Amino acid sequence: MSVAEVEDVGYAGENADAEERRRLERTWWSPKGLRGWLTDVDHKAIGKRYVGTALVFFALGGIEALLMRLQLARPEARLIGPDRYDQLFTVHGSTMMFLFAVPIMLGMGTYLVPLMIGTRNLAFPRLNAFSYWVYVAGGLLLYAGLFTNTGPDAGWFAYVPLSGPAFSPGKRVDIWAQMITFTEISSLAVAVNLITTIFKHRAPGMSLNRVPLFVWSQLVTSFMVVFAMPAVMLCSLMLALDRLVDTHFFNPSEGGDALLWQHLFWFFGHPEVYIIFIPALGMVSSIIAASTRREVFGYLPMVMSLVATGFIGFGLWVHHMFATGLPQLGASFFTAASLMIAIPSGTQIFCWLATLWGSRPRFTTPLLYVLGFFFVFVIGGLTGVMLGSVPLDLQVHDTFFVVAHFHYVLIGGAVFPLLGGLSFWLPKMTGRRLSERLGRLSFWLVFVGFNVTFFPMHQLGLQGMPRRVYTYLPETGWGDLNLLATIGAGILGLGVLVFVVNALQSLRHGEMAGDDPWGADTLEWSTSSPPPSYNFLRLPTVAGRYALWSRRDDQPEVTGLRSDRREMLVTNLLDAEPDHRDVLPGPTIWPFILACGVAMTFIYAIFNPWGFVVGAVPCAVALIAWFWPRGDMDRDVIMEKRS
Amino acid sequence: MSWTCLLAFAGHSALDPAGPQAARIGDLWWLMFWVCSAVFLLVMAALAAGLVREEEPARRRMNRVVTGAVIATALILFVFLFASTGTGRALASLSSADPVSVEVTGHQWWWEVQYLDPVLAQRVTTANEIHIPVGRPIRIRTVSHDVIHSFWVPNLHGKHDLIPGYDGELWLQADRPGVYRGQCAEFCGHQHAHMAFLVVAESPARFAGWLAAQRQSASPPATPLAQRGHDLFVQLQCALCHTVQGTDANGRIGPDLTHLASRRTLAAGTLPNTPGHLAGWIVDSQTLKPSNPMPATSLGSNDLEALLAFLDGLK
Repeated sequence: MSVAEVEDVGYAGENADAEERRRLERTWWSPKGLRGWLTDVDHKAIGKRYVGTALVFFALGGIEALLMRLQLARPEARLIGPDRYDQLFTVHGSTMMFLFAVPIMLGMGTYLVPLMIGTRNLAFPRLNAFSYWVYVAGGLLLYAGLFTNTGPDAGWFAYVPLSGPAFSPGKRVDIWAQMITFTEISSLAVAVNLITTIFKHRAPGMSLNRVPLFVWSQLVTSFMVVFAMPAVMLCSLMLALDRLVDTHFFNPSEGGDALLWQHLFWFFGHPEVYIIFIPALGMVSSIIAASTRREVFGYLPMVMSLVATGFIGFGLWVHHMFATGLPQLGASFFTAASLMIAIPSGTQIFCWLATLWGSRPRFTTPLLYVLGFFFVFVIGGLTGVMLGSVPLDLQVHDTFFVVAHFHYVLIGGAVFPLLGGLSFWLPKMTGRRLSERLGRLSFWLVFVGFNVTFFPMHQLGLQGMPRRVYTYLPETGWGDLNLLATIGAGILGLGVLVFVVNALQSLRHGEMAGDDPWGADTLEWSTSSPPPSYNFLRLPTVAGRYALWSRRDDQPEVTGLRSDRREMLVTNLLDAEPDHRDVLPGPTIWPFILACGVAMTFIYAIFNPWGFVVGAVPCAVALIAWFWPRGDMDRDVIMEKRS
Repeated sequence: MSWTCLLAFAGHSALDPAGPQAARIGDLWWLMFWVCSAVFLLVMAALAAGLVREEEPARRRMNRVVTGAVIATALILFVFLFASTGTGRALASLSSADPVSVEVTGHQWWWEVQYLDPVLAQRVTTANEIHIPVGRPIRIRTVSHDVIHSFWVPNLHGKHDLIPGYDGELWLQADRPGVYRGQCAEFCGHQHAHMAFLVVAESPARFAGWLAAQRQSASPPATPLAQRGHDLFVQLQCALCHTVQGTDANGRIGPDLTHLASRRTLAAGTLPNTPGHLAGWIVDSQTLKPSNPMPATSLGSNDLEALLAFLDGLK
C-alpha cells in the first residue's frame, strides 16, 4: 500500500486498539526531566511552554505598568526618575508586543492547530523547538538589560535619531534591536510552520471551506507575520549598523533619513496589531460556537473578513505618521484605508451578534470574557475610526487618548478573548476545569479595572496630556483622572492575579474535564484531555465545517499509517485529500544548540562586529548535525510518494 | 502677582478651541463623538436584546439585518471620510500675504523662538514663549537639529512634528486673547515631560509693544550689585551657552536670556519665573529637571545674589 487510506473501521477489537496505543506511545515518546525540556519536539509541550513563558512576560509587563501608574498617580511625584521611567515604558511596550502578545497567540496556535485539523504534530517539529528557544533568548536578553540598568529607553518604536548613536549612547538600544531580531526570527519560524501544517496536514475531508475559523485566523496571522516581520528586521538591522559600524541610514546630517525609519517600522507596526488580534477573533468564534451550540453565522463573510483584514492591515501604516506633515492627498488615501478596515471588523461583530441572537447561551467564564470583548473592543474600534481622520488625529496623536485607544483595542481585542480562550482550552491542556466562581470574579475585576484605568485616559488626551511623560505639573489639572486610572490599574492587576490563582489551583483541585466539557465542535475535543503524545489513536476524517457536530455514526478514520515511526498524513491544499505519508523527526538537542549559537552570535555582536564571525562556528556545527541525513527514513518517503 | 499665576494658562485642551483650526477640528470631534456613541449604544443594545431573546430568528431575516448593518457601517464611514477631508481642506486654507513669521526650533528640552524679519537686526530671539497678535495668521517654520519633537498647542491647532532634515511649516491663528499652553508631543528623551511652552495671544497693539521691547538690547545693569552679576555672567561658564544681547555673552547652546525677566516661566514651562525659582535653577538644575544640559553651579551666596540681580534686570 503506497498511500494511507481512509477506511471504514466498523469493528476494531479492543485488544488491537490497546496494542496500537502502546506502539504509538513508544513511537511518539518524549524524554522526561531536563533532557525532555531541551529535546522535546512535541507541539503540545512547546505550545504550553510558549503560553507559560508568555504569561510570565505578561506578568512582568504588568508590573512595569503598575509602577508607571504609581509614578503618574499624582503630579510631580518623585517615585521613579525619568531615566528609569523611560526604561520602564520602553520595556513594557516591547514586552507586551514582542514577548507576550505575539508569542502567546502563536503559542496557542502551536498547541491547538494540529489538534484542530486532526494531525499528530506540526510540519517542522525541530523548527518549532528552535523558535521557542530563540524567543526565550530574546526575552532573557531584554530583561538582563533592564535588571542591569541597561534597559532600552527610546520607546518601543525607537524613533531615530533619538535611538541613534548620537542621542542614545551605551548599549541600551542595541539590546532592544537584537531583542527584535530574536523575536522576529522566532515568529517567522512559527508562522512558516503553521502555514505548512494548515495547508498540508489537514484531516481528510477538511477542505479549505471546512477549516475551523480559529485555524483560518491562525493562517491569516501567519501570512501577515511572513510579510510584516521582514520590514522590522530590516530597520532594526539598519539601526544596529548605524550604531555598531557607523553607517548613516538614519542620520540626516550625513544624507540619511529620519522618516525612513518610521515608514519601515510602521509597515510592520500596524500589521503587528492585527497579528495580535486576529487569532483572538478566532478564539471568539470558537467560544461563541461552543456556548451557543450553533454554527457561527456567515462562515464565508467571517473568513473573507479575516482575509480582508490581513490585506487592508498593510495599507494604513501612514496613519501613525500624520503629524509628520504629509501631503494632503497622500494622507487622504490612508484615511480611507484606515476607515475601510472597520468594515471587516464590523462584519464580524454583526455575524457574532447574529449567532448569539436568541441562542440562550450558557454564561460560562469564557463567554463572559467574550461579552467583555464586545464592550471594550467596539469602543476601541470606534476611537480607531476617529484616529484614521487626519485632522482629528493631529489633535489626539501621541496623547493619552491614543494610549486609551490602543489598550481598548489590544486588551479588549486580544487579552479579553485570550483570557476567555485560556479558560476555554486550559481544561483540554491540563485535563482539569477551572473554577467558575473564581473565573467570574476575575472577569468582573478585569472588566471594571480595565475600564476605570483606561476610559479616563481619553479625556486626559483631549486635555493635552502627551504620552510617555514621566510626570506632569499640578497646574495642568490632570491629577484626579490619573489617580483614578492608577486605582483602576490596581483592580485590573488583582483580576489577573485571581485568574492566575484559579488556573494554578485547577491543576490540583480542578474538576476532571473529560474529553469535551463544552460540547464544542472542533476535533481537539474528540481526544482525551490532556491529549496523548500522538494526539489521536487514528487520525479522524471530517464531513462538515463543524467536525464533531457533523460526525456520522460511521464516520471513517484514517488507517494505514505506520505506528512504529512518526508518520503523518500529508493531504492536498484545497480538498485535503490524502496524498502521501511523511516521517517526522523525534526528540533532538540540536535546535536548542542552534538557538544557543544564534543567541551567542547576536549578543556578542552588540559589543563587537566580530561576533557574527565567531558565532557562525557553533551555528554551523549545530546546523550540520541538525540536517545530517537520516538514511532509510528519507528514502522511504521519496519512494512512497504517489507518482 | 503670586507665582502660581505665572504657570497658569487660559487653556490646554483640544475641546476649548481659541482659533479657527482648533474650532474646525472640534466640530469634527463632536460629529464623530455623537455618531460613534450612537453606534456603540446600538451595538450594545443589539447584544443585550439578542441575549434576552429566546426565539431563533428566521435565517433570511437575519441575513438581511446583517447585510443592512454592514451597509450602514460603510455609509457612516463615507460620511466620516467626507467630513474629515473637508476639515483637512479648511485647516490648510489658512494663509495670508502678511503673516507673522516665526521660526520654532525644538531642542532637547526647550523651544527656541525666532521672529523672522527681512532686516536682520530686527529679528527677535526668545525661548519657550510665543507672543502672537489675535486675529492674524501666524506662519511657523519648524526646525529641529537634534531629535524629533512635536509642536502642539491644543487650543489652537493639532500637532506638527519637527523632524531633523525636514524643515516644516505650520499656520495657526488665535481668535481670542489668552495664554495657551503647549507641550512637546513626540517622545524626545528624558525630559520630554518638561518641554512645554506658552502661546500668549494678545491685542495687535500689545503685541507690537512687546515685539518692540524685545528688539532692544538688554538694559545695562542698574546697580553695582547687578554690574557684578553681569561680570560674573560673562566670566563664568554662563556665557558659553547663553546670549544676552548688548553684552559679551553670545553662547548659542542654551536659550537667549536677553529679556529673561519678561518671561513667565523657566526651563520650558517647568517653573514659574521668580527670583527664588531662578536661584534654585541656577544652583541645582539637575534635581529640578534631571539630565537637562545645564550643569550645576557652585556659586557662593554673594555671587548668586549678584547674578540674580543682573538677571532680574533683563526685562
